[in-house]
Amino acid sequence: MSDTDDTSSFDPVTVFEPTEQDLRSGSDDCYKCSTCDSVCPVAAVDSSFPGPKFQGPEQWRLTRKEDTEIDDSIMGCSNCMRCDGACPSSVPLSQMHNTARGAYVEQQRFASDAVAALRSGAFRRAASIVRDGVADFRERIRNRLLANYYTAGRFASKLPRVANAATNFGPTRWLLERVLGITSERSFPSFATQTFREWWADRGGSHVENPDKRVAYFHGCYANYNTPAVGKAMVRVFESFEYEVLVPQQRCSGTPMFANGRLDDAKRHAETNVESLAEAIADGAAVIASCTSCSMALREEYPELFDIDDIDAVSEHTYESLEYLRHNEDLDAVLSESSGDAEEYVYHAPCHARNQGLERQAVELFSSVDGVTIEDVGDSCSGISGTYGWKTEKYDNSMAIGDPMFTEMEAAAGEQGMTECPTCAMQMSHGTGYSITHPLELLADILTDDPSASSDR
Amino acid sequence: MGAMTVAIDADVCVIGGGLAGMTSAIAAAEAGASVRLLSHKKSTLRQASGLIDLLGYTPAGEIVADPFDAMATLPDHHLYQRIGEQAVHDGFDLFDAVVGESYSGDHTAANALVPTYGGRIKPTARYPTMTAAGLASDRSPVLFVGFERLTAFDAPYVSASLSSDGMPAPTRGVTISAPGSHRPDTRLHRLVHALDVNESVSTSTGSQPIRDALARRIEPHLESAQRVGLPALLGLENAPDVRRDLERLLGVDVFELPMGPPSIPGQRLEHQYLDALDDAGVFRTTGNPVVAFDADAGRIQRVYIDRNGSRVPYTASQFVLATGGLVGKGLASDRTALSEPVFGCHVPHPADRAEWYGDDPHTDQPFARFGVAVDRSLKPCDDSETPEYDNLRAAGGVLGGTDVTMELSASGRSLASGVRAGRLAGERSN
Repeated sequence: MSDTDDTSSFDPVTVFEPTEQDLRSGSDDCYKCSTCDSVCPVAAVDSSFPGPKFQGPEQWRLTRKEDTEIDDSIMGCSNCMRCDGACPSSVPLSQMHNTARGAYVEQQRFASDAVAALRSGAFRRAASIVRDGVADFRERIRNRLLANYYTAGRFASKLPRVANAATNFGPTRWLLERVLGITSERSFPSFATQTFREWWADRGGSHVENPDKRVAYFHGCYANYNTPAVGKAMVRVFESFEYEVLVPQQRCSGTPMFANGRLDDAKRHAETNVESLAEAIADGAAVIASCTSCSMALREEYPELFDIDDIDAVSEHTYESLEYLRHNEDLDAVLSESSGDAEEYVYHAPCHARNQGLERQAVELFSSVDGVTIEDVGDSCSGISGTYGWKTEKYDNSMAIGDPMFTEMEAAAGEQGMTECPTCAMQMSHGTGYSITHPLELLADILTDDPSASSDR
Repeated sequence: MGAMTVAIDADVCVIGGGLAGMTSAIAAAEAGASVRLLSHKKSTLRQASGLIDLLGYTPAGEIVADPFDAMATLPDHHLYQRIGEQAVHDGFDLFDAVVGESYSGDHTAANALVPTYGGRIKPTARYPTMTAAGLASDRSPVLFVGFERLTAFDAPYVSASLSSDGMPAPTRGVTISAPGSHRPDTRLHRLVHALDVNESVSTSTGSQPIRDALARRIEPHLESAQRVGLPALLGLENAPDVRRDLERLLGVDVFELPMGPPSIPGQRLEHQYLDALDDAGVFRTTGNPVVAFDADAGRIQRVYIDRNGSRVPYTASQFVLATGGLVGKGLASDRTALSEPVFGCHVPHPADRAEWYGDDPHTDQPFARFGVAVDRSLKPCDDSETPEYDNLRAAGGVLGGTDVTMELSASGRSLASGVRAGRLAGERSN
């Protein structure tokens, strides 16, 4: 401070003009405290993974140089998004990871580069692009398959019994492992003989008409194809509070696509979802999801990654099911006067519920119910992170991440698991053998005494 | 469409999940209140060294041997004077109950001298038992051990610096390569986890548990050392086991030097506090900021957290503001003014920005004392020293008036004001 000592003449200037979805400000906000690295479940067990601080702000900066490509390690991120909740400076880490992963997968599409190299006479370069590309090919096909669970589920649901037999048939699993790198350690989830949407159509849709209390249910893929009992519980619970439930047209929320860098696929699905959910919102409905990764996608990832008409309205009006009830009905009071079947639950909060501030919700609500005991198994990630734990090369990491959760579950008194996330439920069951329920299922049992309930389930 | 009309209610609502907020919440619950703790992010204890300072230096810059003796000489406007010595005792009693045997220092009123990873000697009131064998007042020879490519801790430098800072024990420092192969970016966390679960690592003599492999690499450097100091990365949940195993294998005392962020001792302390909050029956909501409030007749009625654009209400009869200072974002500043962003409490500061800073960076800095001004019951006051709201108290870093960085009194301030604000809020809510 010499001749510039006069602070009164110092006016701020804008050096960089911010643009839509610009990540520079996020990168600038990082002060390298590494708190994100300290909560990363992958970095704790995978020596080859450089952690969220590198994957986010550092990689963003490095790739400003044109000759720097996204590092291969980006595919090691499981998209648990715990780093977002840890950053004291609100750096949009998961947005940066999703963007980098999308760019990485984009650059894996080697064919056009190879042709361009051939045309310019760079034969060696073309050969090397093809060689690298073939090595990645298996991973790309596998990730594409896993990311598009929606499509797999749609086909499997046409012939669920055949699909169930085929997917867990030994030789099929051996092939999937050898050819595609999908672990044979896990059992595939079984497909319901009647999807949620088929049940909904059979039942004739909503049994309540109420223009003042309307919700649009985003069931996602899993409650539709695999666990329609969760969707039916949602309907029972909301109808018991006299809500008119709408079930709009919908596709995958995009969660497995983000995690596998398939942003184009995710955007296509998002366009359908935003359009039909925005329509329901215009009809006075709030959007309710039972899967916390679906609500996370609609709420946070959509506006962070895509520019679609009405996307902000969808983000603002989307809620987790119990969260919405708690803030619109006096659910706390209702539950504290209720009783349930004597049962001891062990509850695991999914990372994506944690990021929405919902980590204690189920425990708080059910603790007050007479007869029910519920124990939180702590803050460990389950380790499966959707498609991550299904990849052969990630399976051991996935189980190592989940180990503290398994230990806590076994130490807890109860043997009935509970969580909001379908893949956390798979992992909980895989690690302990416990059966796993969704909070909505317990809530439906407590609140509704519907004789037809058993046929609904 | 529902507009989030049903508020979640508690007797006391504490805003902020750092040391002051968690202490307030426990104190309020112990006073018989139902308590809701709202926290935007993971606890800032991850950013803290894990050392709990009460008063390390007087405002005149003299090192303090007995903080309670020195407290009597503090000026009247100092927080400790304003809320009284009993609040400080109460704060430390609550802390001691939360941490149990995992901390040392409660056997004496005097400060302990703890070596830091920066090679300085720090006067502090409580320190993790993992650090206890490292006290600078002990004369037995020390070997400091650092790891290649873990740049935050340079053992030869720490050794030389501590000697010149007056540590009486003979010291040496060596840098070894850590067992196992870990990427430099997240080496610290990989090592912490590997030591915690005693992972198997491959070495030149075959694979063995990492604690054994580490002891083997340290052993040739031991010579006459009777204690070994390592950067604070000896596990999380099982830290006492890691230390015990290393001590058994090496035959000498082992201790940790607390590190900068992200701090492993801070993370251990965070876990203990979260358990204590659960034991006290405190309800926690973490992950979203408080962005608005309603007030009526001089009382806060409710606060709202932001959920991606929708606002979720929380009601209480008493509120505690524990959102931190400038670094913790409990105070906001731009080029013209400072503010307290949640309730808009008055933050005394010079209108001319040039007066916010001292000329020499190492001398008195006015900005270090910025924060809300409170009365003796910790209610934030406006510029005429009248409480802003009848049911709002403040604790911890958001409080102004004291340069806790120079004094080494940040943790003491959080504990003393946290327990006082929490207890008063809890009692008033009944």
